[in-house]
Amino acid sequence: MGFLNNFAKDILLTCRDVFPIILLFGFFQLVVLRQPIPNLRRILIGTVYVVIGLTLFLVGLEKALFPLGNIMATQLSDPVFLQGSKASIDLTDWSNYGWIYLFAALTGFSTTIAEPSLIAVAYKAREVSGGSINAWGLRITVAVGVAFGISLGTFRIVSGTPLYIYILVGYVIVIIQTCFAPKSIMALAYDTGGVTTSTVTVPIVAALGLGLSSSVPGRNPAVDGFGLIAFASLFPIITVLGYAQYGQWAAARTHKKHKENQNEV
Amino acid sequence: MATWKSGLFARTVLYILKKIWTACTDLLPIVLVIAFFQVVVIRQPLPNLVEILVGSVLVVIGLSLFVEGLEMALFPIGEGMAQALTRKGSLFWLLTFAFALGFSTTVAEPALIAIASEAANIAKTGGLIENNPAAADRYAMGLRLTVAFSVGFSILLGVLRILRNWPLHFMIIGGYIVVMGMTIFAPQEIIGIAYDAGGVTTSTITVPLVTALGVGLATIIRGRNPLTDGFGLIAFASLLPMIFVMGYGLIIF
Repeated sequence: MGFLNNFAKDILLTCRDVFPIILLFGFFQLVVLRQPIPNLRRILIGTVYVVIGLTLFLVGLEKALFPLGNIMATQLSDPVFLQGSKASIDLTDWSNYGWIYLFAALTGFSTTIAEPSLIAVAYKAREVSGGSINAWGLRITVAVGVAFGISLGTFRIVSGTPLYIYILVGYVIVIIQTCFAPKSIMALAYDTGGVTTSTVTVPIVAALGLGLSSSVPGRNPAVDGFGLIAFASLFPIITVLGYAQYGQWAAARTHKKHKENQNEV
Repeated sequence: MATWKSGLFARTVLYILKKIWTACTDLLPIVLVIAFFQVVVIRQPLPNLVEILVGSVLVVIGLSLFVEGLEMALFPIGEGMAQALTRKGSLFWLLTFAFALGFSTTVAEPALIAIASEAANIAKTGGLIENNPAAADRYAMGLRLTVAFSVGFSILLGVLRILRNWPLHFMIIGGYIVVMGMTIFAPQEIIGIAYDAGGVTTSTITVPLVTALGVGLATIIRGRNPLTDGFGLIAFASLLPMIFVMGYGLIIF
């Protein structure tokens, strides 16, 4: 009975989040446009699916994933674990935290693959590009970017270097890439940066950051706990633009080879 | 009649199974990563195994339902509204809608509320604002409104960009340069929050709606390519909050 109560409460919470959107669309459709809503039944059913689906998703995450993520983040940065069989260990030495970097990278990768917002954008991109953008290819490219970004971010927390240096360097890389990348995919690449940090990724990354900066001596959790999310938003842009540039370069090379073969003939 | 009905039933079941299978493959990497680290690295048994399994089932079903509802409702609504407002021809209403969409969804965003109250705590203990609940609440609310306003404005700006065909890369690079410049001048305590605010603004429901809005606009307006011009709204919605929050920090502190 307690479970049902909690579930009903969660559904109401999701409804509360959806409520402004319903009001907004309702107002604009009925008052501004003064048209009845087309396909009302299908849209109502779809909205119910979204609300129930999102609620189940969040409840499941809170029951299963987030507690695990928290526990693992704490365990992996526990000094006892890190010391292992060594006689003693310098907790501020960044080379001792190998498992954390690996965990951060793999977690970043896997949560991004599961991210519903990214799934939505990837499906739209595939539909709009007539299938030339592979939804899975896009998602994997973004996930690799997030994995690298979060791993680098945890390294930053352990080593203690200021956040803005990394971000500035990252921005410069993005700006340089923007000058050379194919225009068609640019907007999509920038969007993926904003999309990756959502329902699944944010809580886990936040837990990882806070847990890590609490364990490493000399780090201030309040200042260092933030910032991992910024990494997770920035690096996917680099990987997607990079992948697009590679695709462009590979296509141009094939084209050139084809021309050379034709000329020889 | 019987065969037609059973055929329909079989097709529906197959459709549902396929959706659930897709959700499973989406969630498989997480399961593998956690299993690997728990079993191989940390080498401790999983606590609360039953709850974890139940939670995993819920996540799979929830994701399948969400993706289905996405295609049934969220995408059509967003694109339909974009195209209907464009056909109506009123720039004012289109921009108002864009702003309202960004603002209303952000102001209610739970992740933002959490970050704002956390930021207020940090500012309180850091001595940057008065150490009483009222001041902390005012600060948190100010932060939320700033972010919500910046998201509303960025959706508006993104829509304007699609309509006027402004080049995206100039605006983005300009935005990044502004962020870099403000980072140098802004107080240390607000920088981390500003960067994270940019990341959390676009929620799971807002992203499909905003994407559909942009793509719908780019589809219906002549001379716009949906792929090249339809995206980019989310990018603004992640970039502008950083600028506005750092500005808020500069003003308050």
